[in-house]
Amino acid sequence: MHPAFSVVFFTTATGAGYGLLAMLGVLGPLGLIAPDFWPGFVGIGLALGLIAAGLLSSTRHLGRPERAWRAFSQWRSSWLSREGVLSVITFIPAGLFGLGWVFLGRLDGWVAAAGVLATFGAFVTVCMTGMIYASLKPIAQWHSPYTLPGYLIFSAMSGCVLVNALLQGFAVGSTVPLAASVLLTLLGWGWKLATWRHNDQLEIATNANTATGLSGGTVRSLEWPHTEENYLLKEMGFRIARKHSAKLRRITQALAFALPILLLTATFALPWPFAAVSSGLAAIVQFTGMLVERWLFFAEAKHTVTLYYGR
Amino acid sequence: MTCLPSPGGKKLGLVVDLDTCVGCQACVTACKEWNTGGHMAPLTDIDPYGGHVDGVWFNRVHSYEHITEMGGRTVNFPRSCLHCETPACVTVCPTGASYKRASDGIVLIDEDKCIGCKLCSWACPYGAREFDTDVGVMKKCTLCVDRIYNDNLAEGDRVPACVAACPTSARHFGDLGDPQSAVSQLVADRGGVDLMPELGYRPTNKYLPPRAHTQRAASVPAKALEPVRAEGAFLGWVDRMLSS
Amino acid sequence: MQGPRGANSAPSQRQLADTRAPDEGDGVDTSPDVSDSIAKTTCYMCACRCGIDVHIKDGKIRYINGNKDHPVNRGVICGKGSSGIMQHYSPARLKKPLLRTGPRGSGEFREIEWEEAFSIATERLSHIRRTDPKKLAFFTGRDQSQSLTGWWASQFGTPNFAAHGGFCSVNMAAGGLYSIGGSFWEFGEPDWDNTKYFMLFGVAEDHDSNPIKIGLGKLKARGAKVVSINPCRTGYNAIADDWIGIRPGTDGLFVFALIHELLKAGRVDLDYLLRYTNAHVLVIQDPGAADDGLFLRDGDSALVAWDRVAKTSVNATDPDAKPALTGSFTVDGRRCVPVFRLIADRYLDESYAPDAVAGRCGIAADTIRRIAAELAHVAFEEVIELPVAWTDWAGRRHETIKGRPVSMHAMRGISAHSNGFHTCRAIHLLQVLLGTVDVPGGFRFKPPYPRSAPPGPKPCGKDVRPMTPLDGMPLGFVCGPDDLLVDEAGTPLRIDKAYSWDSPLAAHGLMHTVIRNAWAGDPYPIDTLLMYMSNMAWNSSMNTVETMAMLTDRDEAGNYRIPFIIYSDAYYSETVPFADLVLPDTTYLERHDCISLLDRPISHADGPGDAIRHPVVEPDRDVRPFQSVMIELGARLGLPGFVNDDGSAKYSDYADYIVNHERTPGIGPLAGWRGKEGTSIGKGEPNPDQLQRYIDNGGFWHHDFTDDQRYYKMANRSYLDFAVQLGFIPKAEPVVFQLYSEPMQRFRLAARGHGRVVPPEGERRRIETYMDPLPFWYMPFEEQAVDLEKYPLHALTQRPMHMYHSWGSQNAWLRQITSQNRLFVHHRTAAGLGLVDDDWVWIESINGKVKGQIKLVDGVNESTVWTWNAIGKRRGSWGLKDNAAESNRGFLLNHIIGDQTSADASGRRYSNSDPVTGQAAWFDLRVRIVKCADEEAGFTEPQFERFRQPPHFEPSPDKLTFGAEFRRAREAAE
Repeated sequence: MHPAFSVVFFTTATGAGYGLLAMLGVLGPLGLIAPDFWPGFVGIGLALGLIAAGLLSSTRHLGRPERAWRAFSQWRSSWLSREGVLSVITFIPAGLFGLGWVFLGRLDGWVAAAGVLATFGAFVTVCMTGMIYASLKPIAQWHSPYTLPGYLIFSAMSGCVLVNALLQGFAVGSTVPLAASVLLTLLGWGWKLATWRHNDQLEIATNANTATGLSGGTVRSLEWPHTEENYLLKEMGFRIARKHSAKLRRITQALAFALPILLLTATFALPWPFAAVSSGLAAIVQFTGMLVERWLFFAEAKHTVTLYYGR
Repeated sequence: MTCLPSPGGKKLGLVVDLDTCVGCQACVTACKEWNTGGHMAPLTDIDPYGGHVDGVWFNRVHSYEHITEMGGRTVNFPRSCLHCETPACVTVCPTGASYKRASDGIVLIDEDKCIGCKLCSWACPYGAREFDTDVGVMKKCTLCVDRIYNDNLAEGDRVPACVAACPTSARHFGDLGDPQSAVSQLVADRGGVDLMPELGYRPTNKYLPPRAHTQRAASVPAKALEPVRAEGAFLGWVDRMLSS
Repeated sequence: MQGPRGANSAPSQRQLADTRAPDEGDGVDTSPDVSDSIAKTTCYMCACRCGIDVHIKDGKIRYINGNKDHPVNRGVICGKGSSGIMQHYSPARLKKPLLRTGPRGSGEFREIEWEEAFSIATERLSHIRRTDPKKLAFFTGRDQSQSLTGWWASQFGTPNFAAHGGFCSVNMAAGGLYSIGGSFWEFGEPDWDNTKYFMLFGVAEDHDSNPIKIGLGKLKARGAKVVSINPCRTGYNAIADDWIGIRPGTDGLFVFALIHELLKAGRVDLDYLLRYTNAHVLVIQDPGAADDGLFLRDGDSALVAWDRVAKTSVNATDPDAKPALTGSFTVDGRRCVPVFRLIADRYLDESYAPDAVAGRCGIAADTIRRIAAELAHVAFEEVIELPVAWTDWAGRRHETIKGRPVSMHAMRGISAHSNGFHTCRAIHLLQVLLGTVDVPGGFRFKPPYPRSAPPGPKPCGKDVRPMTPLDGMPLGFVCGPDDLLVDEAGTPLRIDKAYSWDSPLAAHGLMHTVIRNAWAGDPYPIDTLLMYMSNMAWNSSMNTVETMAMLTDRDEAGNYRIPFIIYSDAYYSETVPFADLVLPDTTYLERHDCISLLDRPISHADGPGDAIRHPVVEPDRDVRPFQSVMIELGARLGLPGFVNDDGSAKYSDYADYIVNHERTPGIGPLAGWRGKEGTSIGKGEPNPDQLQRYIDNGGFWHHDFTDDQRYYKMANRSYLDFAVQLGFIPKAEPVVFQLYSEPMQRFRLAARGHGRVVPPEGERRRIETYMDPLPFWYMPFEEQAVDLEKYPLHALTQRPMHMYHSWGSQNAWLRQITSQNRLFVHHRTAAGLGLVDDDWVWIESINGKVKGQIKLVDGVNESTVWTWNAIGKRRGSWGLKDNAAESNRGFLLNHIIGDQTSADASGRRYSNSDPVTGQAAWFDLRVRIVKCADEEAGFTEPQFERFRQPPHFEPSPDKLTFGAEFRRAREAAE
């Protein structure tokens, strides 16, 4: 699949944003964060900012963005529509939660309830995002049990690392989010490795034989219906060399997982402001790594239409 | 509405005979020609005279070599929308632009509702949908919905353009929901198959596999020729034949 | 006879039982208005001449579909036909007459008015006509008006006329016409409805396109067996039940091996041979005599046979005789044998046995034996009889029409070899031995064929004088050396050397030799080369690079060696920039044309037909139909037949000519609705309403035979009488298939020094060898000449189906399908050379090298590589942008096909052509392929300078939204 930056950024940013929102929505009411203005303002602002930037970026993938509002209508059948609906709905508790925290300085009562609802909304929205991909049967690498948990894990991971950075930044860091960040990053790493392993060993029942209905033997593409690349090939015929892919997987592991773990582990031993710097760096490096991961998520996904082109 | 209609009786679709298709591209350009001025007009061509030419087409013909232990065969393979019974391209659509008609099973796009998110093309395993970058909406085969019921065309012309054009009669059209219809009979007689049945889209269109190397292959029960053995060999035979 | 209307009318191809739109409620307009009017005319996207319905909406062409009533295509339409819109609106259309301003070949022109164009042409041609008319060479390409253009040349007085048949498929035409009085091509067709076994030799898309496809569809629906003999497994060959991937140029051997097997097993139709062929005619056996090998004739010049019952010689045409087919007889002191004896002797020879030819053909001997057995089985065990009584030429009544349901079709793959004439004759011989020509289930003639083998008219042009028309048409059929167009010394009289010792039976001329010969002044220099619709500076020439150089070469004085070139075409092709004067033609939807029985009609085996084109839309440019231009030029020159007695123009334009011209009294270009009242067919006075009658009838006229006229046309009294009545043949005499060709033997005798006209010493061996009266096989010339270890591969080209005969690369739709051609290489061959898919290679022949990209395949003869032809384009032509794949990655194999043979022992080089007919031997090419260096990959070579664009040529658009306007209008109307 063509790794369009608008979509790569969309899923990465909203994943991180919803993760951060979800973390704030839980940690606040649990009393693990004080209802101070700045952490609230920056935290919720960053979460909603990431979500909004992601959603905005996704509209760049649209041919007719001015009609984007229509996407809320088909929630009964479409994961994309559901995602749209939920992303908007989630803004309500998230907004209330933010108002309560930032302007009223409280994290209890209805604000806490709003926080929990926002967390729930974030969770479900990320589920919807995951399902958009997990539901696509023509793409075996996505239509797998690894996709949905992956989206959730990466969202939680990015969110947690961001929360940690936030708290460390305001010198209110604590072991729980820090440890959780390390653990979630480890989990994310493991999940990604498992996903890759799964995808590399995929035995896909759909092949050139079933695609053409020609049973037995081999089916080789002789000539395409057109000489130059068409929409199908540009959108779904993206190919990445094995060597290139391996390199990017190493980069992903380094940036999204290994380096953040190193930095976060170091944070345990570092005083403020160094802890803040290392935590912030971990978040930034991880976000960059997740962009690479998401780019690969698309680039390594093979659509069945490529079978018709002998790819 | 992108929820699928409850299965109706009628399933209009095409049957493509891979044993007969010579790959002449007649169906391809007949489709382009009708549809570029038809229901989904235009089928935009970008850079039509340049090095990156890329147009919207609803029907494309590939060619393959199918090699089995029985030998090799070149297969020309037209590919277009299969008007599936459970088309994910419809259910994934967030806007209701993509829909399956309850009355005849045709899968269509309401261009006015399409936001151009392209998800339907991702959901289609067959590459049946092509995006018109100029207009910003997805386009696809309409099964010539503006021909098959068209009061302004002579009755006999109310078939999809690709079927009307096909010089080898390799394309057929009808109601595959009716087991008694001529197309359903053809599919039954010739062992018609679904494409990618394992994905569960339940395509309406069927493909008739090539007959070579099958029990359906044309064959001649000829005995090996024996040289004329009698006196005078061949010329003697000629004389005897003429005198008899 | 026609069955349901239209070819695609199986129950599974018809409209729904109920075509009322269901009440879906989705707002879809299921009944949009599709056209304001429908014009029925004739397609010209290729040579097939299908009937089309052009739907006009808001003054623009909305779409084009097949005419269901048309006898050629019966409603279907091919990939080209449906793309006609893009041809019609092509950005490469010429806009105005052009006069060259820059050097020839640069593309620098200025626009001129038609009046200036006419006066330049008239002045030049008028001078030529007054001094030496043969200094005008007039050659046309995909011309469907040869009865006009040939007549124009004849009235001008130049013998130097031909169309492109010489490099197209004259071997098929001549091979058939000299054998059975008809030919494959589009002049005959298998009996698609009845055949049970169909053999297809060397056919890609080819003539004629939709009828073959419709026919194949019928065979497939019926389960008849299709056997294809072709090195490439594409297109029609892909759907064959049996694909025989023969080595190029060896089809003759394969066919002889089949004949060998059939003869050996006594599986030939003796009765058919006796009735319809010259198998029983006695041939003089008197080595050294002036009539050795000619037919024995009695006192009345009648052919003689030996009656095996009466034991005496008899008139060979006596229907009551019992002729012998074997033996040796002495008649009037002359030793003679029947033709059939010679046939048996030759093909029973073990050198034609399957085991002897298998290696050369690349076909297992068992496969050859199996095919022979299958042919015999179907021909003799599956005989069909139609319950229709008919009467033969001799008055014998037959209660049924009996047929042997084996049929064959052959085209370019046979034709385009230097041994193609004999191979074509071999296929006809095979058909005739099986008794399957013009019988139910067999190969059938389309009227006006069959004609006598060969047909009557001889080529004219022996006596060329100023201001004097030729005494007939320039092209015809020679029957012996006396008919050749050579002078006393044996020097050719025609610029293309047709009908010379180089190519005696050159029935279509040799357009492919004209540029070289005119450049070399061999046999003489010319003044003006007038060409129409043929891309001679690119894909219609062999040896393109040198051809372009010859077109621009100058003599010592700095004058062009070919002094003046006039060219007419509708589009800015690679040839236009080489013209001095360009006459812009219209598109096929803007003109009148007639597809005439005098030329290449639309007949099918069940009846004659002809058709017209008529203007469907008005030109939006200052262009004129070429035929009307020639008619006006003829009038300005005062050519007889083009002017009235008072010197005024006889015809206002081509339409006027089509209606009012009479070639002989009562016979004109169109056969339908003749006579004042429009009630006659074939012969009759001109009918002023004739064109309207055609338009009213859908653009064509067609006459259906009665049931008893449909078969055995070579000997069917009812048909023959009809053919005389329509003017197809002069007398109701049977057409006798010439298994043994006496005209060819006459050339052989001349080579032995007999007769008035004899070849020069140096030509005698060649004439003796190749003018064999019985078909034989020899190795194609290039294969004979080159080091086969150095050039181990055959190289072929074919046009893709969606571009055959069409100028496809300017077509925005068709070029999307193919804008780069690959060289297809068998994967084992590639593996042996260390090549993999997508590699760039040099393709090298003895003539040069060209670079392209390969694609590995399984379905090709292992010693053969091939590519799609004419995809490679020169930069600056056809309205294509500079980055178009056609001029960057596509390549033209023509660059490395020689236009001449290698020098023989005496240093003599002939045209790279069949020695009998002059057919260009495109497919003789031998190559090797070599992987190119890394830095050479990715682009084709050789490259040529980009052509400048003519004045007022807009850059081609970056986007096409054709059809959007119809939708806007529909929506606005709602």
